[in-house]
Amino acid sequence: MKKLLLSSVIVLIGFTFIGRLSYLQLFRFSPDQILDDPAIKKIYDYPERGYIYDRNGELMVGNQPAYDVMVIPREVKPLDTLEFCGLLGIEKSVFTDRMQKARTYSPRLPSVLVPQLSKEDYAKLQEKMRHYAGFYIQKRSLRYYATNSAANVLGYISEVNEWELKNNPNYVAGELKGHTGIEKQYEEVLRGRKGVKHIQKDRFNRDIGPYKNGKLDTLPEQGKEIHITLDKKLQEYGERLMHGKHGGIVAIEPKSGEILAMISGPTYDPALLVGRQRSKNYSKLHYDTISKPTWDRSILAQPSPGSPFKTLNALVGLQEGVIDEDTKVRCYHGFYVGNTLRGCHCGGGVRNMNSGIQQSCNAYFAGVFRKIYDKYRTTDEAMDAWEKHMKSFGLGNFLGTDLPTGAPGRIPDKSYYDKWYGDGRWAASTIISNSIGQGEIAATPLQLANMTAAIANRGYFYTPHVIKSIGNSGSIDPKFTEPHYTTIERKHFEPVIEGMANVYKYGTARWIQIPGVEIAGKTGTVENFIRVDGQRMQLTDHSVFVAFAPVENPQIAIAVYIENGYYGARYAGHIASLLIEKYIKGEITRKDLEKRMLEKTLEHEYAKPYSGEPFKINEYVW
Amino acid sequence: MSGRGLFGRIDWITIILYALLVFIGWINIYSTSLADQSTSIFDFTTLYGKQLYFIGLSLLGIILVLFVESNFFERFSSIFYVVSLVLLLGLFVFGKTIAGATSWYNLGFFNLQPSELAKVATALALAKFLSDIQTDIRTRKHQMYALVIILLPAFLILPQPDPGSALIYFAFFFVLFREGFPLYYLGILLFIVVLFVTTLMFGTVWVTIGMVVLTLLVYTFKKASVKIPLLPVLGVIIVSTLFSLSVNFVYENVFEQRHRDRFALWLGLEKDEDKLEEIRKTIGYNTYQSEKAIESGGFFGKGFLEGTRTKGDFVPEQHTDYIFSSVGEEWGFLGTATVVLLFSVFFLRLIYIAERQKSDFSRMYGYGVISILVFHYFINIGMVIGLLPTIGVPLPFFSYGGSGLIFFTMLLFIFLKLDSNRLKDGI
Repeated sequence: MKKLLLSSVIVLIGFTFIGRLSYLQLFRFSPDQILDDPAIKKIYDYPERGYIYDRNGELMVGNQPAYDVMVIPREVKPLDTLEFCGLLGIEKSVFTDRMQKARTYSPRLPSVLVPQLSKEDYAKLQEKMRHYAGFYIQKRSLRYYATNSAANVLGYISEVNEWELKNNPNYVAGELKGHTGIEKQYEEVLRGRKGVKHIQKDRFNRDIGPYKNGKLDTLPEQGKEIHITLDKKLQEYGERLMHGKHGGIVAIEPKSGEILAMISGPTYDPALLVGRQRSKNYSKLHYDTISKPTWDRSILAQPSPGSPFKTLNALVGLQEGVIDEDTKVRCYHGFYVGNTLRGCHCGGGVRNMNSGIQQSCNAYFAGVFRKIYDKYRTTDEAMDAWEKHMKSFGLGNFLGTDLPTGAPGRIPDKSYYDKWYGDGRWAASTIISNSIGQGEIAATPLQLANMTAAIANRGYFYTPHVIKSIGNSGSIDPKFTEPHYTTIERKHFEPVIEGMANVYKYGTARWIQIPGVEIAGKTGTVENFIRVDGQRMQLTDHSVFVAFAPVENPQIAIAVYIENGYYGARYAGHIASLLIEKYIKGEITRKDLEKRMLEKTLEHEYAKPYSGEPFKINEYVW
Repeated sequence: MSGRGLFGRIDWITIILYALLVFIGWINIYSTSLADQSTSIFDFTTLYGKQLYFIGLSLLGIILVLFVESNFFERFSSIFYVVSLVLLLGLFVFGKTIAGATSWYNLGFFNLQPSELAKVATALALAKFLSDIQTDIRTRKHQMYALVIILLPAFLILPQPDPGSALIYFAFFFVLFREGFPLYYLGILLFIVVLFVTTLMFGTVWVTIGMVVLTLLVYTFKKASVKIPLLPVLGVIIVSTLFSLSVNFVYENVFEQRHRDRFALWLGLEKDEDKLEEIRKTIGYNTYQSEKAIESGGFFGKGFLEGTRTKGDFVPEQHTDYIFSSVGEEWGFLGTATVVLLFSVFFLRLIYIAERQKSDFSRMYGYGVISILVFHYFINIGMVIGLLPTIGVPLPFFSYGGSGLIFFTMLLFIFLKLDSNRLKDGI
C-alpha cells in the first residue's frame, strides 16, 4: 500500500490532466475560433461602392472622398486647443467632450474626432496637421449624388445597426449599408467584397505584424455599377412639377415594364443624407409627419383610384360578355340605388361605352357593374369572377417590383364584405361604389401606372422594375422579362382605348392636349376623408390621371396622383401631359402651362385641416 | 566498485527523459520570447538565450554532482540543511526583491533563489534523519522531529512572500508515508479538504445532509456481519458539521478578498455573469487567458511559432509559470498529452529506481526528489489548465529560470549519483 501510494497518485494526476485537456482541446475547441481570436485583428480594405447610372447612361450616384479627423488620445501632446478647434470648425466644449469619449473608448486606439470634413476644410487642415501630434486624417468614401432627385427611389446608405450586426456576419460595426431604395435592394451588387488583412496583435492591442504572412488575406472586389431604368431628366422634371404638391407619379415603359420615373412629393435632395449634417437632416425629414418627405407616395400611398378604375370595369363587362360597346345606359344626372339617387357630373342622357368613358359617367358604370353581377347566380360567384379579373392587372397585391418597400393596395373580395356586412347580407348595390373606383378599392400610383401599361399593351404587363442592367453582364432577374397576361382578351381593349383617346380629344381631359401627340387617358376625382383630432372631415378631392401615349405603339404609361388637387384634369392631367410631352418630344412647347404648374402649390389645401378653422373644399380657385 | 564505470552504471533512461523535458521546455520558451527580429539562439539578451546559458550551468552542476564522492551528500546533509536555513534567514537582510517577493541573492552573474537550494537540503536532511538507525517514525516524538525538519524552511519562505514554494514542502509527507507514517493522517487531511471545498460549494446544511445520507446508505447496504459502532460515527458527523460551520467563518473573515476571488473562480462559486467577467479581467485573467490559449490549440495545435496568443503575449508569465499553455496552443492536445505522458513515465521510472535502492538513505532521498517534482508538476499544470487555484510554482525543467532549472537538475542528479552507487552501498 505505502509503496503504491505515490505511483497511484501520479497515475491519477495523469488521467485527470488528460481528461481536462481533452475537455479543453477536443470538446471545447472549435475550428472557427480564429474568427474571434483576440490576437488577430482584421483590417478591412473597402472597395468603392458601385455607381448608379440612369437609363441613358447618365450618372446619378457616384462616390466622393471624405476626410475623418482621427485621434489616438495617448499620443496627443499639449496643443493650442482654441486654434485647433478653429481649424476643425467645432466648439471647444465639443472638442473636450469628444476627446474624453475617445479616451474612455481606448487611449491606444484611434477614434473619430470629427467625421466627414468637406474637401475645403480638409485642404485648410491638411498642411497644419503635422503640428498636432496624435491627430491624423483618414480618408473614406461617401456617396455623391449627380442629381437632386429620386431620393426615395435611390435610397440612402447608413451605418449598419445592431440587429443587422447580430444577424448578418458580413458586416462589422461602423460599416455602411444600403438601408432604403435601390441602395438596399442592390446592396450586394453595389457593395462589392471587402478585402481582409489579418494582423497579429499583442495583448495591448498593438500590431506586431501580419498573421501567417498574409496567407489568409484577401483583396477587395470592386462593387458593380448598375444602370437603372429611370430617366434622370424626366425624374428631375417631374419633381420640379411636384413642387408644393403632395402625391405620387409613376411612369412606365409599357413594352418592358421599366419604370421611367417614380416621383413622390414632397421629396428631398439625396445629398442631405450625406456628410456631417446627415443626422440633423435625417431627423428633420423623419419627424416631418405632415408632409412626410421620406414616405414614398408613389409606391406606398394607397388612395382609392377613382374614375380610372372605370376602364377596368368596362373591360370586365366586355370580357364577361354582359355588354358590348353599344350597350346603352341612361344617366339621370346620377343613378338610383334603391330610392336614393347617387350623383353624376357627366351631364345626363343615354351613354354607351365610348361616351361613358369620355364623360366619366357614373351611372353608366354602375349599370355595367350591376350587369356583371346579374350574370351570376350568386353574388359570391360574381365577386370571385370580378376579383380575378381585377387582380390580373396587378391590383390588390404586391407587384413584386425590385424596391424594398411597397404596398398591396386593395381589391376587396367576398370574405372582406362578409366580415363587414355578414354572409349574404350584401349585394352589387351595396358595393356599387366599386364600379367607379371608390369604395373599398385602393391602389398605389405604381399599380395605377402598371394597370395603364397593361391597357396600353392590350392585355399584358411586365412586372415594373427599376433595374436595367448590372455590371458588364447586363443580365437582370428573369422575372422582369416575363409578360403577365390579364384575363381580358386583346380584342376587348380597343373600344376602351378609343374611349380613353376621346377623353383626351373631347372629354374630361381635353384641356391638356399636347400638339401632335395622341394620348389615351382617364381622369379621376377622388373623394377623401381625414381624421384630425378624432374628427372625420372631408377634404378637397384628390386629382388623379392615368394615361399612355402615343395611343398606337405606346412609349409611356403614366399615373399621376395629386393629393387634394381637386378634379382629375386640373393638376394630375396637366402634370401628366407635361411629363408625356417631355418624354416623347424632349421639350415643352406649352411654356405658360409649364410655368403655372411649376409655380402652383397646394400648401393652402394641406394647411386647411390643421388650421382649426372651418374650411371649404373643392373650391374653384385657380 | 563494479566492473563498469560511472557511465555504465547511471540510469540512462532517466537522463534521456530529463533531456527531452528540458529540450521541449526550451523550445517553448523560444516560442514565447521570440522577438520580431530573429537573432541567434545564443543571444544572451533574450530569454531563450539566457535559458540556454542556464542549461549550460546545469550541465556543469551535473558534472560536479557526478564526480563528487557518493557519500559526501549523506555526510554533509545536516550542514547543507543548516546552511540553507541561514541563507533563507539572510534574505530578510540581504535579499533582492523581484516581482514583490524577496527571494533572491544577487550574485552578479546569477540570481540565487535559496528556497530552491533548501528543497535539495531538506530532502537530504529528511532522508538522513529518517534513515538513522535510531529513528522510528511510528513514535510521536520522531514524527514531530520530521515535521520540524520539513516545515522549518517552509515557515521561513512563507513571509518572503512565496506561499507557492512554502506549499511545496508538504510534498515531503509522501516520504513520511512511504516510511511508515500512518496513512490515516492522509485520510483525515483529504477528508478535511473535501469538507472545506464542499462546504464552500454547497453550504453546511447540504454537507451535513450528505454525510447523514451516506451513513444511512452504508448501514443499509453493509453486510450484517460487519459491525460499525454508531457512536463514533455520530461523533465524526457532529465534529464535521462544526468544522463545516467554521469554514464559512474562516472563509469570510480570515481569508482576504483576493483569496476568496481565487476560490470563487476555481470552484465556480460566482454565478453572476458580470462579476465573473470582472474576475476574468482581474484575478482570473491569467487562468482565463491560459485556458483560452490551450483550448485554441485543438488537437493538432497551431504549429511551432504559430501560436497567435503566445505571440500576442496574451498569457502573462507564459515563459515561467504558464509555459504549459504555450505547449497547448502550438502543439495542441498531441503536445500536452505527450508532455503529461513524459512526466508520468519519468516519475514512475524514478519510483522504480527509488524502490530498488538498498540503502535507506538513497530510497528516502529519492522519494523526496520525486515528491517535490510531482508536487510542482501537479500544482503548476493543474493551475495552468484551470483545475487548481492560482499558485505560483514553476514547472520543473520547463519553466524559464536559472535557480529552478539548476536546483531541479542537482536534486535529480544527486539521486542518480546515489543510484549509480547502489550496489557498492548495499554490500
